[in-house]
Amino acid sequence: MKQFLTFVRKEFLHVLRDKKTLFILFGMPIVQILIFGFALTNEVKNSQIVVVDYAKDMASQEIITKIEASRYFEITKSLAGSKELEAAFRTGKIKMAIVFPEGFNNQLLHQNKAQIQVIADASDPNNATTLTNYVSSIIGDYQAQLNENSPVPYQIKPEVKMLYNPQLKGAPNFVPGVMALVLMLVCVMMTAISIVKEKETGTMEILLVSPFKPIMVILSKAVPYLLLSMVNVVSILLLSVFVLDLPIAGNIFLLFAESTLFIITCLTLGIFISVKTDSQQTAMLISLLGMLLPTLLFSGFMFPIENMPIALQWFSNIVPSKWYYIIVKGIMIKGLGFSYVWKETLILFGITVFLLIISLKSFKIRL
Amino acid sequence: MRIIKFLLIKEFKQIFRNRAILAVIMVMPVMQLIILPLAANYEIKNINLAVVDNDRSDYSRDLINKVIASGYFKLRSYNDSYKQAFTQVEEDNADLILEIPRGFEQDLMRENQQQLFIGVNAINGTKAGLGAGYIADIIRDYNSNLRIKNNPQGTFNAIPVIEIASSNWYNPHLNYRLYMVPGILAILVTLVGGFLSALNIVKEKEAGTIEQINVSPVKKYHFILGKLIPFWILGNVIFTLGLLVGWLFYSIIPLGNLWVLYAFVSVYLLAILGFGLLISTICETQQQAMLIMFFFVMIIVLMGGLFTPIDSMPDWAKKVSKFNPISYFIDVMRMVIIKGSGFRDISKHILVIIGFAIALNFAAILNYRKTS
Repeated sequence: MKQFLTFVRKEFLHVLRDKKTLFILFGMPIVQILIFGFALTNEVKNSQIVVVDYAKDMASQEIITKIEASRYFEITKSLAGSKELEAAFRTGKIKMAIVFPEGFNNQLLHQNKAQIQVIADASDPNNATTLTNYVSSIIGDYQAQLNENSPVPYQIKPEVKMLYNPQLKGAPNFVPGVMALVLMLVCVMMTAISIVKEKETGTMEILLVSPFKPIMVILSKAVPYLLLSMVNVVSILLLSVFVLDLPIAGNIFLLFAESTLFIITCLTLGIFISVKTDSQQTAMLISLLGMLLPTLLFSGFMFPIENMPIALQWFSNIVPSKWYYIIVKGIMIKGLGFSYVWKETLILFGITVFLLIISLKSFKIRL
Repeated sequence: MRIIKFLLIKEFKQIFRNRAILAVIMVMPVMQLIILPLAANYEIKNINLAVVDNDRSDYSRDLINKVIASGYFKLRSYNDSYKQAFTQVEEDNADLILEIPRGFEQDLMRENQQQLFIGVNAINGTKAGLGAGYIADIIRDYNSNLRIKNNPQGTFNAIPVIEIASSNWYNPHLNYRLYMVPGILAILVTLVGGFLSALNIVKEKEAGTIEQINVSPVKKYHFILGKLIPFWILGNVIFTLGLLVGWLFYSIIPLGNLWVLYAFVSVYLLAILGFGLLISTICETQQQAMLIMFFFVMIIVLMGGLFTPIDSMPDWAKKVSKFNPISYFIDVMRMVIIKGSGFRDISKHILVIIGFAIALNFAAILNYRKTS
């Protein structure tokens, strides 16, 4: 045990003396929470659009004023004709064009029917759909104003309640996501690299011929990152409670216990990568290219998993961060107890044991 | 010139002799480009629905059928009470609860008005917003059909109607992959280029071989160029592979001119490699370099507009993203590939990136010290 502590101390010194790395390790979660909290939003607003108004009458002017007043749109300019449209779209700034035909108001008054043309830049499909919906509802409002005096029979009014997140903020979704991402990164990548580094520089040989058990050498490497990650969990939670106003609905001790489990899962994954690779570059490329984007995608906090092809849905099950994300969401946002997340916990535990066993099996004492 | 030639030979030998890395560099981006667009799908469909039908009338059944027939919703469970349905949400079996009150049909006929209750799991705001929008749409539709059915002579034709003819340019089928593939390719090229260059000089430092270069007549800019050129070529190869994958797997053929794309990528690679080399000159160990690079990559990727629109960001973030090379790259990729923009349309983007390239590479050359 004393030997083990000495080794852990050595590893701590390695980590603590590298100021640049340390700075990034602690700075990253903070910066990410701030970026996600304040800069990124899926909401569509301030979209730049152009208006082609051939009508220039009362109705078209009123609608344009209404559109301008909404925070979704910014009318950048009015074009004289639709010929200039294509060029405007191609330079990339314009997301939508609204064209009023000649005699718009007249048609509306005399034929009871008029048409507005709405052209969306569908290179971003969701944006196009959302913007078209916004325009429709603005025009719908205008129409309702026109028809104010005729009552509508048989009205069904849906009453919508947004559960857990009434203001549709981004934070409840991404705080669990960022936790999964940061822990995954710090634990997997840092352990993998710090072990492979010893192999590359040749110091591994010295450690392996020492009277200390080889497996303990590896384990002692994981301890500092375990503690570092705990600190990161605390700082992310503090930020989300005090800066983003996102309280922890469930039991905080349960949350910490689950986080510790996930950290251990990631550490074993890091150890597994380090056992299988020989150079830092390979270890890094695998843990980065192989982990970063998949973690982003398959934990389900950026893109809904149920939209993916079946094979990928199946694959997402072996991504540990997916389960952790579900657990954190459950405890932190929904305020659920252990009885709701025991299945996910068991899966994480299973992945950990599995990784540990195969890394032990393939761990070579001789170089 | 001769010195650079020798340096290049050395670098290429190092790259080609490390088969594992070469495989990772080539295979990983291709694999990811094949798989990721399948995963990065934001079309919201398959919203899990829990129904609480307290009325059990013809009307309520009609409405439920209409909701399911829309294709956006998947009926997961019928529940006896709202509480039971809410448990479904807690367990992640349902995203949306539709509750129809008792006496829905009768009261609608009698009082001319009825309310439905809809509860949406809003942890994912986008999904919740779109889901609520879809179901409101369906209910509105159902409502107007009902009106026509019960009021055949119709007093509605007298009301002026504004029709909206909407068209979707450049991507009429709203194919989400057409939007994602160019963006993901941009990210992969950045990742590979940035990390390889960031690690490279540091590796020499760690292995100690940099001492040998420092005592040789190799000039600073020779050294940096010798590192830059091989990765520049590799980056172009990966970019080409990526375009091929886009064509073979997603039948995406750039609408614009390929030369425009390559011209931009060439300049962009110089900028991103310069950034990597700059980090490489600052750091002492590979671990450090990797982590610092990761820190920046994380920020520029998230703020680059691949996943979330830059237009919606607050003003300070928009200003920050002006200094983000990847946001220009993603922009140009989408403009040229999807909309067929030409040189003139992206000239501003190119100029900005040239600025980045010059500044970053100069900084890298200045920062590389032959003395220790």
